[in-house]
Amino acid sequence: MKPARTMWVVLGVLASACSAKRPVTLPSVDRNHLREAAAFSVIEDETERSRALFLEASRVLLHPRCVNCHPSGDVPLQGMDMRPHDPPVTRGPENNGVVGMECGGCHQDRNLAHARVPGAPNWHVAPLEMAWVGKSPREICEQLKDPKRNGGKSLAQIVEHNAHDKLVGWGWEPGHGREPAPGTQARFGAIVAAWVDTGAECPAEGVSP
Amino acid sequence: MSITLRVNGTEHHVDVDPEMPLLWVLRDVLNLTGTKYGCGEALCGACTVHVDGHVVRSCVMPIRRAEGTSVTTIEGLSPDGSHPLQKAWVEMGVPQCGFCQAGQIMTAAGLLKKFPRPTDEQIDQSLAGNLCRCGTYTRIRAAIKAMAGDKS
Repeated sequence: MKPARTMWVVLGVLASACSAKRPVTLPSVDRNHLREAAAFSVIEDETERSRALFLEASRVLLHPRCVNCHPSGDVPLQGMDMRPHDPPVTRGPENNGVVGMECGGCHQDRNLAHARVPGAPNWHVAPLEMAWVGKSPREICEQLKDPKRNGGKSLAQIVEHNAHDKLVGWGWEPGHGREPAPGTQARFGAIVAAWVDTGAECPAEGVSP
Repeated sequence: MSITLRVNGTEHHVDVDPEMPLLWVLRDVLNLTGTKYGCGEALCGACTVHVDGHVVRSCVMPIRRAEGTSVTTIEGLSPDGSHPLQKAWVEMGVPQCGFCQAGQIMTAAGLLKKFPRPTDEQIDQSLAGNLCRCGTYTRIRAAIKAMAGDKS
């Protein structure tokens, strides 16, 4: 290659490198915490920001504290190893167990310190159409936006549910040494709200947080 | 804290810690000792009673949540032990040591009230939380089926 041509090639490569988007680095975070919604403002493209916000939210959605009661079958799970619920309970027609084994027959309105039974108001299993076990962040994202699979909720109601529902909130106060979901409910609610505000975009298939 | 509740049709006012489990109130305050303490963690079913018709584990239900409710214990299932389930239990010789049987019968009564002719699967699912160390499960199922009119 002639020297002049080599120079133009080098300049061309440099020019394209300078015009390409620099990879955005989000602040690092440990597994027990969530990034603030504001931290995602470093992502200039709103669609990409929205996708990144959902991936952050999915760190909560896929945590065992949350996903254990969104089973893909008829048996809720328990523990960080996501083993089947013991005693052996089944979903039942209204997602709150069967007669004799209703969720509320044991789970109270708050955690029990001595008996160690976890509790929150309206303890129940998420309906089958809201199952998350075994699903990707994208699949859960699409599911959350679909009123047929989200309990008929609008996106505003999804934000409200995630930010303030007491059964959702149990995930951060699970009692008896159980590992809570990452971050806080308030921060999670803010992330979901920011996701909605940026268009509620879903991450690509195969992308995980 | 004073709590008012009906137990087996009789109104009671109990002045206890609101977090005291219903089971303790039944056994230690009202002297209804037919309901048993097994594990204290809602894992064995020995303490099963009905609260407003729902089958609950009384060992984990704070008494504050029983305010204004109607509770039925094994003593209230029938005043003289003549409830068809109790008779079926005797006829089939279900109990061995007997400790879990009040809970078993109360859960079975709740099941039969909702499903008068339950399937084996329904019986197994509903009684899955009532443990029996003597292993009387097959006789329990047979007694429930017998009472439901299935002689097989």
